[in-house]
Amino acid sequence: MSDHKNKEIDKVSGVETTGHEWDGLKELNNPAPRWWLWVFFITVIWSVWYWVVYPAWPVPGGATEGSYGWTQYKKLAAEQQEIHDRQKAYLDRFKKASFDQILNDQELYAFAVAGGGAYFKDNCATCHGTGGAGGPGYPNLNDDDWLWGGDVDAIYETILYGIRSGHEDSRISEMPAFGQDELLAKPDIDAVVDYVISLSGSKEAHAGNIEKGREIFANNCASCHGEDGRGLREFGAPNLADALWLYGGDRDSVYKTVFNSRKGVMPSWTGRLDRETIRQLSVYVHQLGGGEKRVSAASEDVKPAVTLPEDAGETDSNGHAGE
Amino acid sequence: MSFLHKHQKLEKNSLLLLFWTIIAVLIGGIVEIIPLFRTETVIEPVKGVRPYTPLELAGYNIYLREGCYNCHSQQIRPLRDEVARYGHYSLAAESMYDHPFQWGSKRTGPDLARVGGKYSDDWHVAHLKAPRDVVPESIMPSYSFLLKTGAKIDDLDQHLKTLRLAGVPYSDEMIENAEKDAIAQATGEARMDMAGLVSRYGEKVLARDFDGQPEVISEMDALVAYLQVLGTMVDFKSAEQVEESAP
Repeated sequence: MSDHKNKEIDKVSGVETTGHEWDGLKELNNPAPRWWLWVFFITVIWSVWYWVVYPAWPVPGGATEGSYGWTQYKKLAAEQQEIHDRQKAYLDRFKKASFDQILNDQELYAFAVAGGGAYFKDNCATCHGTGGAGGPGYPNLNDDDWLWGGDVDAIYETILYGIRSGHEDSRISEMPAFGQDELLAKPDIDAVVDYVISLSGSKEAHAGNIEKGREIFANNCASCHGEDGRGLREFGAPNLADALWLYGGDRDSVYKTVFNSRKGVMPSWTGRLDRETIRQLSVYVHQLGGGEKRVSAASEDVKPAVTLPEDAGETDSNGHAGE
Repeated sequence: MSFLHKHQKLEKNSLLLLFWTIIAVLIGGIVEIIPLFRTETVIEPVKGVRPYTPLELAGYNIYLREGCYNCHSQQIRPLRDEVARYGHYSLAAESMYDHPFQWGSKRTGPDLARVGGKYSDDWHVAHLKAPRDVVPESIMPSYSFLLKTGAKIDDLDQHLKTLRLAGVPYSDEMIENAEKDAIAQATGEARMDMAGLVSRYGEKVLARDFDGQPEVISEMDALVAYLQVLGTMVDFKSAEQVEESAP
């Protein structure tokens, strides 16, 4: 600050000093640069404008809203609307289209597969694997071995309500824990395990046990897995006669399954994902490799524009009986 | 320039300068902080958020102890990509009973604010035991010891009592029954007092054997119970109405 009472001009530079002196050194009182001052004034003006148009001052009961009415939530809604508008050309038709129409319309089909693929990576890949190959306890979605059905409607229902998910419309079945709940004695479990693994030609099966196991199987297991062990989709009971195993087909794993039972859970996705997203996912999963033709009569007279895997047709003619 | 002359007094007197600096900082602080004392100004009134059950609270404590928050946030920001990936953005009300809250801006793993119900219990157990068994690219450490460690549930009433001091509305009844409720929730067995658990914490409480070991209540039970409730409490239909009716 200049001290006007002791105004002193520096002889060398001709500039007024501040009048402060430290050990003979004096400070020149040069004014702040013009450009700096202008920037300062502009920021002051800008801050006043900001207070007026944006939410700024905390007040009892919230904050000043600002004349623009800007909120993060409105911005989000606008951004989501933008995406929605971009998809609108497809989404409007997709919403109205049945699965038959989607499967027969190249454009809608491509839309569903692209969208479904993105959602699959975010939501499904964690259990079923990025490529849908599954893992122990999590079904492989690339093959044509389906527990609850592999046509697009069945896949849709599975994703919508889940399996043993706790949702009231969930797919539910429960295999008894034959060992834990003492429904079968250990030698009987051994026998039935030998029979079950012999169905797919396992070399681990003890030949002497198989006949006894067949009888135990007929009395305890056939009602869900079928007389021939080929499974029943209405119970989500897997085919035991093929080489595909959800929890492992070696003797130990099958023994564990019979002893403790397995109650794999798939969450229900209704509420978390919207209907159109679940429909896109259904089409995506359907085309991963094992998708089956729809059982409904309506689908028979429409020829799919998209080629389904060759064996899908065979399964279709067998209805629910499995592959 | 008389104002500048007065200001000179401040510049030349350090105690006076200190005094007025403190006054200036206090005014700024009061303006920013006082409105937050009324929580209804910052926490939207939504339905469904309840205090954690004793078992979930035990899981929350394990979550803190193991430092899960170092890699996982629980805060879905209102940005398009986050909402597309994780679901509805987090509401302040959803963490009002967290002491401390688990928000965060650093994510090594994914956000967990809405992980509840997204995966099965089996998946959580398999993943905590050996993360790379189910997510090959994961760099998360193994927490398999949680399966072998019994959850400490006999002091949960004290935790509830302490949180009540911080404003979490635990009732005397909840505190009294803390241990019983934890056992009931971790077993899901009908012979336990399920009706009591439901009457205290609501219909939506998940009660079952979470860790696949029906005979013990492990820390895995507690942690999975906690993870499975994350982000599932708010009734979003009513939350949207609140937002729509807001000015």
